[in-house]
This record gives sequence, C-alpha cells and structure tokens, in this order.
Amino acid sequence: MKIAVCVSHVPDTAAKINIGSDGKNIDANGVTFVVNPYDEFAIEEALKTKEKLGGETVAISLGGDANKETLRKALAMGIDNAVLLKDESYRDSLSVARALAEEIKAQGAELVFCGKQSVDHDNSIVGQLTAELLGYNCISVAVSFSFDGSKINCEREIEGGKEIVETTLPAVITTQKGLNEPRYASLKGIMSAKKKEIIEKLPVAANNYIEVRSMKKPMGKQAGKILGSDATVVPELIRLLREEAKVI
Amino acid sequence: MSNKILVYIEQRNGQVKKSSLEAAKVGSNMALKLAGSVEALAIGNSIEGLEDLGKYGVSKVTHLKNKELANYSSSAYSSLIAKFINENIFNIAVFSASALGKDLAPYVSVKIDAGLAMDCVALNFENEEIIATRPVYAGKALVDLKINSAKKVYALRPNVFNPGTLTDAKAEINVIEIDPPNLNVKVTDLKKSEGKLDVAEADIIVSGGRGMKGPEHFHLVEELASTLGGAVGASRAVVDAGWRPHSEQVGQTGKTVSPNLYVALGISGAIQHLAGMRSSKYIVAVNKDKDAPIFQIADYGIVGDIFEIVPSMIEEIKKIK
Ligand SMILES: Cc1cc2nc3c(=O)[nH]c(=O)nc-3n(C[C@H](O)[C@H](O)[C@H](O)COP(=O)(O)OP(=O)(O)OC[C@H]3O[C@@H](n4cnc5c(N)ncnc54)[C@H](O)[C@@H]3O)c2cc1C
Ligand SMILES: Nc1ncnc2c1ncn2[C@@H]1O[C@H](COP(=O)(O)O)[C@@H](O)[C@H]1O
Repeated sequence: MKIAVCVSHVPDTAAKINIGSDGKNIDANGVTFVVNPYDEFAIEEALKTKEKLGGETVAISLGGDANKETLRKALAMGIDNAVLLKDESYRDSLSVARALAEEIKAQGAELVFCGKQSVDHDNSIVGQLTAELLGYNCISVAVSFSFDGSKINCEREIEGGKEIVETTLPAVITTQKGLNEPRYASLKGIMSAKKKEIIEKLPVAANNYIEVRSMKKPMGKQAGKILGSDATVVPELIRLLREEAKVI
Repeated sequence: MSNKILVYIEQRNGQVKKSSLEAAKVGSNMALKLAGSVEALAIGNSIEGLEDLGKYGVSKVTHLKNKELANYSSSAYSSLIAKFINENIFNIAVFSASALGKDLAPYVSVKIDAGLAMDCVALNFENEEIIATRPVYAGKALVDLKINSAKKVYALRPNVFNPGTLTDAKAEINVIEIDPPNLNVKVTDLKKSEGKLDVAEADIIVSGGRGMKGPEHFHLVEELASTLGGAVGASRAVVDAGWRPHSEQVGQTGKTVSPNLYVALGISGAIQHLAGMRSSKYIVAVNKDKDAPIFQIADYGIVGDIFEIVPSMIEEIKKIK
C-alpha cells in the first residue's frame, strides 16, 4: 500500500509576525520556518502504519525551495520518498488541494495523512478539500487511528468529547495532537536523508477563488489595571466584573 | 443576479446548536444587506427548536429527515447539502466553524465549486460584496479577503457574532423524509468528556498554568470555574506535564477561544498561549510575577499568590450568586 503525507512549511509558532511591505503577507525576514507541528503527527502515523502493514511512504509539499527543509525532515524521520510541487506564487487552499490531489493520484496512494491545520493561515481545510477532490473518504481532527487492512476507525475531537468514526479506504486522515508522539530523527536517518533525492515537479495550475485584500495586525488589547497584590482587592475585582465588564 | 443564501443548521442530539443560531442571524443580515433571501437547512432525525430560527430572521427551514442521519456522517450530510444547494440555486452558504462545520464546509464547497472562507470573525459589505476577515498565524494577524467564485461559502467562528435583538417570529418548517443516504464515513458513537463544559463553547473560562504547582491543586481552578458557571482551561505546560487533558489546552496548538471572561491563573502568557485567548472580551490574570506578559493583555490583574487570591475569589462570588 502506498501512503502519502502532505507537509507544509510554516513560521515557527514562537515567531513574531510583522506585515510585509505588500500589505498582504508577512515579512519573512528573520522568521524561522519549520515543519508544520500537526504534520509531524501525520508523518508519525504514516510511519507507524507502514511498520504495521507494510508499503511505501511519500511526503508531498507544495511551495518554494525552502520547503525542501521540511521534506528532508520527513525523510530523516523515515519517510521513503519526497516530492516538492514547486510553486512560489500565492495559492489559496483549494488550488493547493488540487495540486496535492493530482500528485496523490499520480503516486497511487490510497491512504493519506495531513495535519489538521497549517499554523500559517490556520485554514484547517486542505485535507478535507483534497479528499473531496479525489473522491476519498475523510476523517478530520483524528486523535486516534486504527486500520486493520480493511476498516478504519478513528476518534475525532469535537466540542466536549470525541466522535468515533468509521470508514474504509481510500481515505484522507487529518491529524491532531494526542494521536501519537512523533519520533525524533535518528542520526542515521538524518545522514541518509541528506543523500536522498527530492523529486521536483510543477504542480497543476489552478485558479484562486480566494483573493487576500490585506493583512493587518489585530487591534492591540490595552494592558488594563493592576488592582493590587493581595486578597484585599478581590471584592473590587468582583465589583468591576459585575458593574464595569458586566460578565458575571 | 439576486442572492440566495442558505444557512446550515447543526444539531447534536436533536438540539439546535447555539453557534448555528449565530449563523442564522448573520445569514438574515446578509440577505438584508445584499437584497437577497435566506433559508435554512437542517439534517437529522428528530430536531427540536427549528421554529426558533424565525427569531433570528430566518422564516423558512427545510429539515431533511432519516433515522440513519441522527448521528453525523460527513459523506451523507455533504452530499445532501450540495444537492439541496444546487437544486435550489443558492449562491451563498453559511456554516458555523464548529467542529462539525470545519469538517463539513470544505466537502460542500468542493461539491458546489465554491470558494470557502473558514473561521471568519467579521463580515463587511462593500458595494454588494462581502469582505470577510479571518485570523491567521493564530490571531497574530488578520486578513481581509474576498471570494471571487460565483458560489461562496462562509464558516463563522462560534461566539463572535452576537445575534443582538431578536424578534418573536416563528419559522415555517418543511420536513422531508429522504431515502437512506451514503454512509461511507459514519459516526458510530460519541464519548463525552465527563459531562463537562468544553472550553470551545464556554462563555467563561478559568485556566490554570504551571503556577498551580501540581494536578492536586486544580480543584481550585475547577471550583472557581463552576462557581462562575464556566469551563476549565489549561496552558500547554500543564497538559504536557499530564496534569490536564489535551482537550482543555488553550493556545496555538490547543483551542482558540473568545469567551466573555477569561481568567488566567499562574499562566505566564507565552506568545502561543496568548494566540489562543487574546480575543476574549475580558481577561483577568493572577500571577505573582508583575512582569509576566499575560498582564500586557489583561483587563484586570492581581500581582499575587494564586493560593491566596483564588479561595477569596470563590468566596466573594458565592456571596453574590
Ligand atoms: C510549537 C509550540 C506550540 C505551543 N502551543 C502552546 C499552546 O497551544 N498553549 C500554551 O499554553 N502554550 C503553548 N506552547 C508553550 C508556551 O511556549 C509556554 O511554554 C507555556 O504556555 C507555558 O505555560 P505556563 O504559563 O503554564 O507556564 P510558565 O511559563 O512556567 O508560567 C507559570 C507562571 O505561573 C506564575 N506563578 C508561579 N507560582 C505562582 C503562584 N503561587 N501564584 C501566582 N502565580 C504563580 C509564574 O510567575 C509564571 O508566570 C507552545 C510552545 C511551542 C514551542
Ligand atoms: N502547501 C502545502 N503542501 C503540502 N501540504 C499542505 C500544504 N498546505 C496545507 N497542507 C496540508 O494540509 C493540512 C491543513 O492545512 P490548512 O488547511 O492550510 O490549515 C496541513 O497540515 C498539511 O498536511
């Protein structure tokens, strides 16, 4: 069985975000990029599934040359092959998904793992869009995954609990924290990843339906009042919450 | 072309979700602004409370009914919604960006060939066009965007769109019994987290961080939360330490919340934590370090010891409740 993992290359979550001169994107100067944290769960689950059931794994990333760093990380963790769909231009989620779907089809992968969300634009939709374009079944935000070769069972996180969801191949699963503990790349893994070829392809062209007009910083919340330093100010706090904020 | 707007109404256990009522009000407002019409669609077995949608300005509701549809099935629900949209020529669909809406809206958008704006926090109208605002980089920035495809789908972040004043109109409900649908992907069971209120849906959240010193002290956080009728949240530090479940984690890799009141106890306010809660309407912080970054966004702060302050807060609130 061929297993695909889609990985995105995103600013580190600790990065300070400044708006770039075009007013539509971030200023990437000085920003460290990393593999999207949720995609590490996707990589781990692909590796575990291969270890259990056999097969071959491929990581796919759409973006510029910088994304090779994230693909190398996937290879170092143990993914067999890597494909860069090279495109530096702006693509909305649907056009990213069209390119991923095309490549997944070309690879003949029947099981696909994506992260539940890319921590750049936080859309949390590319996995579902890709599945729908392929006509695959999809379970999003999985915190558990089991596959016996025919039936897939997942727990999916929802408000106040979990849904137990059942489906079959072909399928896309989007991964949430809690699913597994991503492994560290071994030294041997890192060395052999350096030697592996990352296959570059041009992604299929697709129209953007979403036009970003502008990017801005949120209105800074003002630092409020420090009421004091001991329990004597608690009655005043409760009064403010009741009378000024009117929230209790 | 006149705009035809469809609002998808989510039910769980046969009850209409609050975030769907917010979506209904946004849909009816959109119809006013764009000189269009609005209707609602719900899917399930028996559903209570659909006539209340009238109060939110939606007078016509279709309920697609089958006993197999009581539980969510993404394959069945998305096919039914797309078919309904295409047959009735809607050009705008509105969802809530709830757990279900985040799953469902993307499938529907592909099936009807629409652009999708997920997790919108504001919609503005400019010359008959909708400009949607959504947070990116965990709320460290916002983008304004326009959907350029003929059909458009918007999913709205829960708890952000205040429905405002309601009327006492009743919606007309059209129940249609349908054939058993395609259940390729099906929810077979539900596990509740011990009957507790979830941070993603709470109006008040009380969160504890590493300053709580250990899981054995979280009864203070729980008691303050229950006195206020709120939910318990946590920083990642305490989730990673195994003191609290991941479902309670607030922040960039946890849940993004915007309650009316957020109380941070012994939380330093790391950038990833702030990302998940900075849009809360009021923030209270208790921390013994006056330089903790949480104070930079707190409306009310107490620079003190949680083990002294929190019991006193519980006592004072009990006096007024
Ligand atoms: C990729 C990535 C993603 C992350 N995602 C998240 C996320 O989603 N959510 C999140 O929360 N974090 C996240 N983090 C972690 C984040 O960087 C911080 O490490 C974490 O938020 C710190 O938790 P804390 O505030 O509880 O602990 P600390 O930073 O240790 O703060 C404890 C605070 O308690 C105070 N304190 C101690 N004792 C008392 C007392 N008796 N009375 C009053 N105050 C006291 C201290 O002054 C201190 O300010 C992420 C980090 C990374 C790298
Ligand atoms: N450019 C990309 N290349 C490869 N995979 C991607 C890309 N963008 C998003 N994905 C995948 O889709 C998931 C959800 O992304 P998003 O919908 O952008 O939040 C990510 O966790 C990745 O697995």
